[in-house]
Amino acid sequence: MTIASRTEDSTMAMLNFEKKYRVRGGTLLGGDLFDFWVGPFYVGFFGVTTLFFAIMGTLLIIYSASQGPTWNPWTLNIAPPDLKYGLGFAPLNEGGFWQLITICAIGAFGSWALRQAEISRKLGLGLHVPVAFSMAIFAYVCLVVVRPVLMGAWGHGFPYGILPHLDWVSNTGYQYLHFHYNPAHMIAVTFFFTNCLALALHSALVLSALNPGKGLTVKAPEHENTYFRDIVGYSIGTLGIHRVGMFLAMSAAFWSGVCIVISGPFWTRGWPEWWTWWLNLPIWR
Amino acid sequence: MSDYLNIFTRVQVRGPYEPGLPLPRGDWTRTSPGSWFEYWMGKIGDAQIGPIYLGGLGVASAVCFMIAFEIIGLNMWASVNWDPVQFIRQLPWLALEPPAPGYGLHIPPLANGGWWLMAGFFLTASILLWWARIYRRAVQLGLGTHTAWAFAAPIWLYLVLGFFRPLLVGSWSEAVPFGIFPHLDWTASFSIRYGNLFYNPFHMLSIVFLYGSAVLFAMHGATILAVSRYGGEREIEQSIDRGTAAERAGLLWRWTMGFNASFESFHRWGLWFAVLCPITGGIGILLTGTVVDNWYLWGIKHGIVAWYPQSWGQMVDPATLVGAPK
Repeated sequence: MTIASRTEDSTMAMLNFEKKYRVRGGTLLGGDLFDFWVGPFYVGFFGVTTLFFAIMGTLLIIYSASQGPTWNPWTLNIAPPDLKYGLGFAPLNEGGFWQLITICAIGAFGSWALRQAEISRKLGLGLHVPVAFSMAIFAYVCLVVVRPVLMGAWGHGFPYGILPHLDWVSNTGYQYLHFHYNPAHMIAVTFFFTNCLALALHSALVLSALNPGKGLTVKAPEHENTYFRDIVGYSIGTLGIHRVGMFLAMSAAFWSGVCIVISGPFWTRGWPEWWTWWLNLPIWR
Repeated sequence: MSDYLNIFTRVQVRGPYEPGLPLPRGDWTRTSPGSWFEYWMGKIGDAQIGPIYLGGLGVASAVCFMIAFEIIGLNMWASVNWDPVQFIRQLPWLALEPPAPGYGLHIPPLANGGWWLMAGFFLTASILLWWARIYRRAVQLGLGTHTAWAFAAPIWLYLVLGFFRPLLVGSWSEAVPFGIFPHLDWTASFSIRYGNLFYNPFHMLSIVFLYGSAVLFAMHGATILAVSRYGGEREIEQSIDRGTAAERAGLLWRWTMGFNASFESFHRWGLWFAVLCPITGGIGILLTGTVVDNWYLWGIKHGIVAWYPQSWGQMVDPATLVGAPK
């Protein structure tokens, strides 16, 4: 390969306006040491740790699967330890793999968030993206660390596997008789549905202004505002909708974490029973 | 730096009340509450409230909705012998139930599901009129009709639950009751009756798109707020005449995950994820009890049900016992 074509290769990974943004600085750790790109990817100290944890985790999943009865991706099951191990370490094939994979997952997710923070800083942006992502990490940590620790055994975490994790959700839900009655679950589901609705409305509105149809000119936010005021009497505006979207999505993840942490550590009976406080309020008792 | 995170509007600039763009001849005039601004709404978005366009479709839709709402509410109130205190106390548990299975697709007496059928008729009429309204409003302003087509997706799910699937299985009793806890009960018993909906692949897809929508809106909302210091909330302008906000937003994701959407294409991702949630969900419901009677057994047949070690001893399937109903 000639030098000329190699130069071409390295610019291939860049958009035509990208070069002026590829400046040094913004790193949180490691100074200039890892301040470079590979293809379109920014590396950084946390890119290295992301890669380390992601590769370790993936290899552990493959190794663990090789010790099990199947390679079927639907039924593959990497289960947490038996409850008898409590909060201690378990042998590899009895949940130890799950423990190591959990450590790798948290390491990778945390590294990814910090890498987003470095990239945001380098581009002179707010830290909204890593803050939003950290709410997803919160929900995951609630499931595999906070609740198991509060209940005294890693065995309360969910298994890693496509159908096995669904079985876990189903079984855990029925342990509390009817999980739809969990008030935090109600709030989380409401936020998920509302988020989906708001995303559809926002996306459709922007597309409808940009693609008004044959022979019509592209519309501006005045049209977007008028349309929403016409149909529902209020338009939150171009900035506000993104605040609402970020809030709805983060709230969905937050209340998901809350709804599972309160199930077991703070409420051990059926969730329908929880509502008796309402029926027994002193005003109508 | 925290000054520019743009979580709230710190200085509200208030112009004159915007009456909205002119409407074509033949349209109604807008209904305006006057110069109504809300300071606290202005903290997160636009402070202006109203005006609203009522129009024939809007009024008809609202009337149908009120009729459905009244039928449901009065039936619930009647179910506690018109006791106002018990109505509030038991409201989350109260229901307007569909007819019993014996009525099939016939019209039952009012008290035995007739009111349910009537409420469903008016609610459906209200929803379809609302669809026509938002379609019409887009056309009258010269906008694309994307919002109406997006709204058609949840209407599909709603019609599958309360109309198409009951028609296919030949009974209104299969439809969802009106009521807060009762519709949750229906969902749980529906799942158990048909062998656990978690094994339904279209239910899986629907959840993927529901969660995916949360991921996408978190990414998008956060990205636009992060570039709002460069005017990034002007998405249409940035789509057509790319500025530094769109460039930085794109590079943020390109450097993070090797790929980025554009200011326009993000909204195509968002629209498809959001509408595919109810579209796939509706397909999953329509197949349940019509094509597939037990999703768990379907999963076993197709080799997707996970294998677990025997920890409870040998269990006998009660369906195989002598005398079990066949």
